[in-house]
Amino acid sequence: MMQQPVIYSVNGPVVKIRNTNVFSMMEMVYVGNRRLIGEVIGLTDEETTIQVYESTSGLQTGEPVEPTGAPMSVTLGPGILTNIFDGIERPLRALEDASGAFIGDGLAVPTLDNEKEYDVSIKVKVGTIMQGGEAYASCPETSAILHLCLVPPNLSGKVVFAAKDGKYRINDEIIRLEDAAGRVHSLTLCQKWPIRRARPAARRLPPSRPMITGQRVLDTLFPIARGGTAAIPGGFGTGKTMTQHQIAKWCDADIIVYIGCGERGNEMTQVLEEFTALKDPRTGKSLMERTVLIANTSNMPVAAREASIYTGITLAEYYRDMGYHIAIMADSTSRWAEALREISGRLEEMPAEEGYPAYLPSRLSEFYERTGAYETLNGREGSVTVIGAVSPQGSDFSEPVTQNTRRFVRCFWGLDKALAYARHYPAINWNMSYSEYLDDLSHFYESEVDPKFNEYRTEISALLKEEQSLMDIVRLIGSDVLPDDQKLIIEIARLIRVGFLQQNAYHAEDTYVPLDKQFRMMELILHVYHRTKKMIAEHVDLEAIKSSGIMELVIKVKYDIPNRQLERFDALTQQIDGMLDSLRTKKKEVL
Amino acid sequence: MSLQYFGLHSISGSLVVLDHVEGAKFDEMARIVLDDGTERTGRVAMLEGDKAILQVFEGTHGLSLTNTRTQFTGRPMEMPLSGDLLGRVFTGAGRPADGLGEVMAEKFGDINGAPLNPVSRQYPRNYIQTGISSIDCLMTLIRGQKLPIFSGTGLSHNKLAVQIVQQARIAKDSGAEFAVVFAAMGIQNDVADYFRRSFAESGVLQNVVMFLNLANDPIVERIITPRCALTAAEYLAYEKHMHILVVMTDMTAYAEALREFSSSKGEIPGRKGFPGYLYSDLASLYERAGIIEGIEGSVTQLPILTMPNDDITHPVPDLTGYITEGQIVLDRGLEQGGVYPPISVLPSLSRLMKDGIGEGYTRADHSAVANQLFASYAQVQDARSLASVIGEEELSALDKQYLAFGKYFEKCFLSQGFDENRSMEETLDLGWTLLSLLPKSALDRVDDQVLDAHYDPDAAAALIRKVEG
Repeated sequence: MMQQPVIYSVNGPVVKIRNTNVFSMMEMVYVGNRRLIGEVIGLTDEETTIQVYESTSGLQTGEPVEPTGAPMSVTLGPGILTNIFDGIERPLRALEDASGAFIGDGLAVPTLDNEKEYDVSIKVKVGTIMQGGEAYASCPETSAILHLCLVPPNLSGKVVFAAKDGKYRINDEIIRLEDAAGRVHSLTLCQKWPIRRARPAARRLPPSRPMITGQRVLDTLFPIARGGTAAIPGGFGTGKTMTQHQIAKWCDADIIVYIGCGERGNEMTQVLEEFTALKDPRTGKSLMERTVLIANTSNMPVAAREASIYTGITLAEYYRDMGYHIAIMADSTSRWAEALREISGRLEEMPAEEGYPAYLPSRLSEFYERTGAYETLNGREGSVTVIGAVSPQGSDFSEPVTQNTRRFVRCFWGLDKALAYARHYPAINWNMSYSEYLDDLSHFYESEVDPKFNEYRTEISALLKEEQSLMDIVRLIGSDVLPDDQKLIIEIARLIRVGFLQQNAYHAEDTYVPLDKQFRMMELILHVYHRTKKMIAEHVDLEAIKSSGIMELVIKVKYDIPNRQLERFDALTQQIDGMLDSLRTKKKEVL
Repeated sequence: MSLQYFGLHSISGSLVVLDHVEGAKFDEMARIVLDDGTERTGRVAMLEGDKAILQVFEGTHGLSLTNTRTQFTGRPMEMPLSGDLLGRVFTGAGRPADGLGEVMAEKFGDINGAPLNPVSRQYPRNYIQTGISSIDCLMTLIRGQKLPIFSGTGLSHNKLAVQIVQQARIAKDSGAEFAVVFAAMGIQNDVADYFRRSFAESGVLQNVVMFLNLANDPIVERIITPRCALTAAEYLAYEKHMHILVVMTDMTAYAEALREFSSSKGEIPGRKGFPGYLYSDLASLYERAGIIEGIEGSVTQLPILTMPNDDITHPVPDLTGYITEGQIVLDRGLEQGGVYPPISVLPSLSRLMKDGIGEGYTRADHSAVANQLFASYAQVQDARSLASVIGEEELSALDKQYLAFGKYFEKCFLSQGFDENRSMEETLDLGWTLLSLLPKSALDRVDDQVLDAHYDPDAAAALIRKVEG
């Protein structure tokens, strides 16, 4: 019998053990007498390196380290939704009950409420042959989401016992499965899955539908596909978190996984409060009913911050396998990269750029590649979409995390300090941002919204582009020297910027705008542009058009026409046409 | 445990290594007694086999490999806490520095604190009135917030901090007491003295706890100064139910101490030589601001940092900005133009203000006037840069109006006297009056109804007559 492995050295969250070979890589372990949770991150014949997910204050050399034989895993089952966890899936509400307002160490609390009873419907009979990923039971997890209990992907066999429909707790036996080798497996309402391994699916599907966010600049100019990836880089105060909150509140995903990774505690409190109070437009219930929060704030242990991203995406994959569409908000991936750097530094690894470890790009790509739209093992369709905030050091987009993220995401929503300073929100810079999904999604926009959608979008982008080059001139010599038709472009671009791209998250109508209204707004702006362009060619004075109040009417459309009364666009267009006509007649009279 | 270890294995910078150690705990404190009877304090920074690496707070000068006896205390770094902390002055390591003797401890608190559970937090909603127009209107300070002042060397951040401390009022009077915890890290004697004098003159000294680590004090002590201060603040807030404003200056000196210490440990540096964990370390301080659900009392932080070379992208202001809930940025150009307080409005921000202003808190039109002032003042910058190229004469009529608005905004709104304490009403009305210098159509961030109620060109004209005498 080998001796129990004991701690040899302690350096911050990194603990080393000597002369032992009982551990395997990525295994979860209990460290010390207080049984702190840790994970094996390095093995040599001499030393085993462990990162500890809790504060290591007070650890001594010589304290025991206990192997668990299993990799770092999360518990998957009903009770995840509406919950708020730390980075290693410990429920924060239970921690509060255990240790009060401040989080203590070595607390063993069950991940999911194992007393709560769910109304379970059993979907199989004794004798049914089941493959991995198939559903054997279902239960309403919250009023918004039906939970499916799936056979673990690596298991298959014949049902030899099935419970009756009724009320069960998560650890009650629901079915027994006999596999080909004759071993019998007992399945409950929950299962475990290692966080660093992607859950398998049958087949990856191409992106074909946008994830609609109700945010004009995103849906119209830089849309993201269901199962897509997007990065929101921006310096502090540019509105990364605000943008993510807006997407989380309004996007058409079934389930939201919100990962607060190394960010502010007050922000998580706010999400918790707001999402609980906010009524989901689709179900009429609280938004929390279909949300799970993972909060590993900046002052919580750094190793758990590193794990929080994987915990989040594993939960998302689990719900994807039930056929749901999940949106993950990761705020912020830079803090996760910094956690990698911090641990790498403690391991005295050779750093690459700016102290980040050389494996930063491969870890980032591993994470982002776990997204996508899939056909699941049970033939359903589900997707995981990730929107990752990036916090570039010194607002410098050339730093390693932004640059490497850029290589692995297909939407780039660059936030701009200058726009934020001018309180233009969302401060997404239209010249710097892009979406690689435009082509994949063009069919959807044409068939589901309007055949002209893509054409209008191109024209809007072109006008903004043209304004940019005109502004370069204006900044040098002032706008007075420009001819009227170019001044008109600047004026129309202002309409687009103020009337379309700017969106007021605090305004009841403007906080979410459906695609058809987005289309009608574009149409109106372009209609005004084409009409006035013609009038300018007929020598109608631009100043007269500007002072007629038409521009203000167009800008205020976002507030004046409610989302459900789009027919009022017709009346408004007529009114504007009338005003333009009278300007034109006036001009003729003068002549 | 009375086990004593004679001598040391090695000494490097502020670190000492002991060998043949048994039972030392990571992060625990140790007493090091020299042969001459003087005492130093060390903390276990790393354990490896039978070696313990200690950081010595008072510095290692005078230590030799043979003249010490070390004893482990078995406890993390703790400080005595009691209601009698108010009015006292401590060293950066939390020892009495005012000759009034030791604190009679009601309890001892681990200075590292513990992370506040996000579900136990209460989202901050009540504002603190500072009496300074630009802050109250445009970057409202909220109880439980952390709002740093980004300054530069030679700017009037200390004066501003003193004015905020003197004028700060809790808007909704809850009956709870208000007190200040002041942590000085690496500041000059004169500056510390300025704060002490100013607090004394305004009679708030009895409600202030001071922790002073001056520029010539050891850097390892500087690393624990803010932790001592915040431990005191948390105790007073959550156990004595007071509203505490923590002023910490200068965070840049703190971060530099951390860098020096990190490099002496031979750690791999990140940007500009700062350790890779600077973000986590700063967060472990800033995140100690907040309010606990169901407990009366709050910790509000006002850290001050000087941006090296006025560079806001320097790691210290940069990482601070990512953790704190906004920032108040001071500007050298304004200071040189005679504007006090020289608050640069556009890069300044209070993230929590949106939920703490408006109806029921300040006034219904607060967010409208604030948004419009921000937007219009951003236009002023554009008009100014254009004017500097083509000359003021060539500007359009509207741009000229923006220039005038900018001038009076800085003169009447931003500028105020050191003793001038403006009420919220005064501040907001002044904002509307200044906006009325602009044509109504240029005020596109405001609902028409709100605008009609507050737009008043006559008042604007009267203000100009008054200012121009």
